[in-house]
Amino acid sequence: MNLAYRDVRHNLFRFLLTCLGLSLLMAVVLSMIGIYNGLVVDALTIVRAPDADVWVVEAGTQGPFAEASRIPGETRDAIARLHGIDAAGSLTYQTVETTYGGRAHRLYLVGIEPGRLGAPRDLVAGRPIGRSHHEIVADLGAGLSLGDRIPLGRDTFEVVGLVRDQVNSGGDPAVYLPLRDAQRLQFELAPPAARVQMARGAAIENRNTVNAVVARIAPGASGEDVVETIRRWKHLAALTQAEQEHLLTSSVVDRARRQIGLFMGILLAVSAVVIALIIYTMTMEKLRQIATLKLIGAPDRTIIGLIVQQSLALGGVGWAFGLILVMLIKDVFPRRVVLEPVNALALAGIITVVCIAASGLGVRAALRVDPATALGG
Amino acid sequence: MSGRDNLVEISGISKHFGEGAARVDALREVGLTVAAGEVVALLGPSGSGKTTLLNVIGCILDPDGGRMVLDGETVYDGRWLRGNLRRLRLDKIGFIFQFHNLLPFLDATDNVALVLRLAGKDAATARRRAIELLDYLEIGNRKDAMPAKLSGGEAQRVAIARALANSPRIILADEPTAALDSHRAGIVMDLLRKLAAEQDACIIAVTHDEKIYNRFDRIFHLRDGRLESQEGVRK
Repeated sequence: MNLAYRDVRHNLFRFLLTCLGLSLLMAVVLSMIGIYNGLVVDALTIVRAPDADVWVVEAGTQGPFAEASRIPGETRDAIARLHGIDAAGSLTYQTVETTYGGRAHRLYLVGIEPGRLGAPRDLVAGRPIGRSHHEIVADLGAGLSLGDRIPLGRDTFEVVGLVRDQVNSGGDPAVYLPLRDAQRLQFELAPPAARVQMARGAAIENRNTVNAVVARIAPGASGEDVVETIRRWKHLAALTQAEQEHLLTSSVVDRARRQIGLFMGILLAVSAVVIALIIYTMTMEKLRQIATLKLIGAPDRTIIGLIVQQSLALGGVGWAFGLILVMLIKDVFPRRVVLEPVNALALAGIITVVCIAASGLGVRAALRVDPATALGG
Repeated sequence: MSGRDNLVEISGISKHFGEGAARVDALREVGLTVAAGEVVALLGPSGSGKTTLLNVIGCILDPDGGRMVLDGETVYDGRWLRGNLRRLRLDKIGFIFQFHNLLPFLDATDNVALVLRLAGKDAATARRRAIELLDYLEIGNRKDAMPAKLSGGEAQRVAIARALANSPRIILADEPTAALDSHRAGIVMDLLRKLAAEQDACIIAVTHDEKIYNRFDRIFHLRDGRLESQEGVRK
């Protein structure tokens, strides 16, 4: 005869209502875990998108994400000629704000050389950029469809392809465009400003500048060796893909990540306190029943089982409801929510420990109940 | 009483609460004997020690000293002679409460069967015995009812069935009729008398209910922790 189950069944509505409250709390915790993961995944998405092994950037910098980096556009040719390099491509990165569909949008523009390393892969619709001008491949998050035309700078671009989940560390959707167009957007002055510069006699800046060159190492070659060779040139810096990823997670998104991590910790602590209070209150309401059980000869393990099992059931159902809720609404969040099975299982483990610890208060109160309490009015 | 087993024999039982100026002697050298088949009452004003005495006999409260023999076994002689008092209660004593104290989440049958399950009986045996007891107490038709759906008299009968489940020979009742009207109180007392006779058990009840005084074989009067007198009511 499972007393915990019978008690839950008897007060099912109340139990479910409590579970619902707890599940909302669990949903918030799971959302925070998902947002935390999403932040890291988002930060790494762009750096993983080119499928590169080596990043070549401006000397003395850790660009192009952690720091600004500008290198000559010809760098790609020099890198491509290095021993051990299989493929190379030039890239530019910039954030712009433009208006389409009646409202302003922030976009993360990635200038690529069509057909070379760095061009978007795994298109979910349309085709890759085929022309050298005025075509873009956009992330679905930009809210664009194939054939849409949007203004970027002084030109209008047509959406020819779509990709999924390509955003920068700030969550802005990526838009890939031909390198020349990207360079014009980033480095070319507007005509009035250019006229002023010319009137001042200032030299016209070379527009063939890129933020980074990415390279893929040939099979059998060593990425470390290539990086070392480039570093010896002195006028360029080089990072391996692993170094670039580490830089992003430990530097670029670190503060935001720690902030969310801390908030998540506070939420877990609040959840633990709430669960403890619920279990304690549930136990206090049953003190007379517990006294009766003790009086009629129920051993401690029966009473402990009643409290701990209910506590675990509460935590388990709350966790399951919370997980279902998050899975249903995660796509509504403006930033990506990434919930891995291991996260949900880890939370289940934490909740189990919290429930057992929280039942401690209730168990302590129950074991202290004098059986004589059952007697008398 | 000659020829009948003494189920409860206590002598020199004392109990005090608090120390110094706050010391209250709840029981002072109390001694009494109750035989099988007897239904006795503990009477006295508030604070006279009757509930304390019931708690001591029920092995809920440690006395300061004295000797207590329950169902032929010396359980206390200056100290408890059994380590597991909960098991002792389960084996020897049944409790009937003022407000029945049925577990609200178990139906009538399971409330009774629970005691048997705690005593180690299997589920089928416990349930069968519970139904037998409910039938015996003429409440078998309500065996599946939850406590909230039972009337006061019905709930008290289920509580009595629970007290009898493990066939204890000592039944302690705390104001068993306080929550019932005089008609139902009479029925419950008649039932307890019948049980005492048929189960060869004794019943010790704390009561203030004057309308049932004539249902007891003997009445023990307590005052200031002392057994002041006893009177035989029924012959």
